[in-house]
Amino acid sequence: MGSLLNFPFLAAVILAGIALYILIFKKNMIKFIMGIALLEASVNLFFVALGYREGGGAPIYTNSPAGIMVLPVPQALVLTSIVIGVSILALMLSMAIRTYRHTGNIDTEKSRRMKG
Amino acid sequence: MNFLTSNSSILIIAIPLLAAFLVPLISKASAKGRNIFVVVVTVFVGILVAILAKDVYANGAHIYTLGAALPDITLPRGYIVPVRIILEVDGMSIFMGIVTAIVSLAAVVYSLSFMKRETGQDKFYTLFLLMMVGMFGLEFTGDLFNLFVFLEILSISGAALAAFRTRFGDTVEGGFKYLSISAIAALMVLFAIALLYAQYGLLNIGALAAVIQFTSLDKLALALMAIAFAIKLGAVPLHMWVPDTYTVAPASITIMLMAASQACLYALFRIGFTLYGGTTGTISMGWIVIILGVLSMFVGVTMAIPQTDIKRLMAYHSVSQIGYMLLGVGVGLAVLGDTAALNAYGRQAMSGGIFHIINYALYKGLLFLTAGALFYRLGTRDLNKMGGLARNMKFTTIFFIIGALAISGIPPFNGFASKFLIYESVYQFSPILSIIAMLVSIITLASFTKVFQAAFTGPALPQHKDVKEAPRSMLIGMGILAVVIIFFSLCPGLIVDNIVQPAVDALINQGAYINGIMGGGL
Repeated sequence: MGSLLNFPFLAAVILAGIALYILIFKKNMIKFIMGIALLEASVNLFFVALGYREGGGAPIYTNSPAGIMVLPVPQALVLTSIVIGVSILALMLSMAIRTYRHTGNIDTEKSRRMKG
Repeated sequence: MNFLTSNSSILIIAIPLLAAFLVPLISKASAKGRNIFVVVVTVFVGILVAILAKDVYANGAHIYTLGAALPDITLPRGYIVPVRIILEVDGMSIFMGIVTAIVSLAAVVYSLSFMKRETGQDKFYTLFLLMMVGMFGLEFTGDLFNLFVFLEILSISGAALAAFRTRFGDTVEGGFKYLSISAIAALMVLFAIALLYAQYGLLNIGALAAVIQFTSLDKLALALMAIAFAIKLGAVPLHMWVPDTYTVAPASITIMLMAASQACLYALFRIGFTLYGGTTGTISMGWIVIILGVLSMFVGVTMAIPQTDIKRLMAYHSVSQIGYMLLGVGVGLAVLGDTAALNAYGRQAMSGGIFHIINYALYKGLLFLTAGALFYRLGTRDLNKMGGLARNMKFTTIFFIIGALAISGIPPFNGFASKFLIYESVYQFSPILSIIAMLVSIITLASFTKVFQAAFTGPALPQHKDVKEAPRSMLIGMGILAVVIIFFSLCPGLIVDNIVQPAVDALINQGAYINGIMGGGL
């Protein structure tokens, strides 16, 4: 059973790997933004999995059943991080739209104007 | 007055935050009223920073516990670790607060004219105030997760402002780059926080510093945070975003972004000195910071020489100047465990590096603002299309000369004072590093002589025959920075003794920071 609990961490590592591949090799702005979103998901998954206790209940004190609870702090932190992530993605997508309107392209190699 | 003093740290963050969202409302009524409101808020925050500074220098670190009955109750009854968000403002934090306050004031006054032609100014000032919130929060917080949140506020508002003038195509590219590197850096910081929280169940920097073991996971967390902040402050080889973003951002925002990268520099030092200060990692971390510093100094200035875009040239000089701060403070970090060496030259190197932070913010800010003034009047940043501007833009020329002499380290300007401290002390640590630093300074002078000659002297180009002086608010914005530079140049000893030394002591004395948190229970 102990090994089963490690699955979220494994998933986080795989997500991070895919994200890094995209961030390094993909030239399309939309794909790049997806890479950022995947990286975010990976870190959030890692963080929230840290707080899980096997068989734990929701950490609400009133009328809670006996037994252990999962850690509430990582959940609160991850919630904040998700909200921040959404705003970053929204801003990035709006910038991708602007770039497309200006250059007719969202390929980072072709729409690029500044060099050196 | 007492109320203001004890709550000043949270008010400095809360007032711009509330004001930011009032700006669009006031803007509906009157554009002029909004401009006055934004300036008044910035000035008021500046006064609060001064009040807080007075308190910190008189009574030591200022603690503010959010949600507690009294601000100084850091530990709730019966707890042995802090659970609330705590702001801890010590000598180093308030030093950075002063830098941010001066730069914001100059930037906001400058923006009044500079942004006049743009649409959506209400959003501009909202984002501007949010950027101030991000910087002050980053500098004052004592909580790692809170630091992450303020870092993100800073990144989002900074990127939106860098890309603000979307009618130019390249601004969006600069903003997108800044946002991308910020998002990746912030996620690295969050991952590092998760690694630390998993082991110790703590988020408070002081409480973590007291128990940190320097396990292999801690080393990984340190590496992640160091890389993340090195990206954000634009040290070579992670500097690729600096020239692109600084060049296209409006000049007043360029200097805000510059102050933002200084805030990230502060975060790097806070992590290195306070969080990991008691571990054996300081020597290797110190050397990494020194190597980053020397690389930045040299590569930055070499890349600056061939540039013909005035702001891009200055942006590469920014990379180079950051190197001096990294070098000075890095030497201090490398000898942190060795008391004899620390007292012999480590402290002096650190005061040089930290003094350079504020000097750099002032003269580099002034230079970027003069470049913005040229762009405002001429509509170009290309040095080949300028010439003879000294005739028509007298004040801008004078401000440029002050900034250029200061950045090249010509005595008696303030750049000389801090660079001299660095040369002298780093020479005792390693002569070759000191020689590289001097060499870079000479190349900097050469590069700015080129700019001066190209833009301000020689015959006036026919298309710029009747170019006018920059508008008044822009001159006032530049004037603020110039006056502070001259003040710093006249009495460097006063500044070093009164605001730089407390910052150095705050970084070295890790115990005091921990005590501020752990000693304040009921």
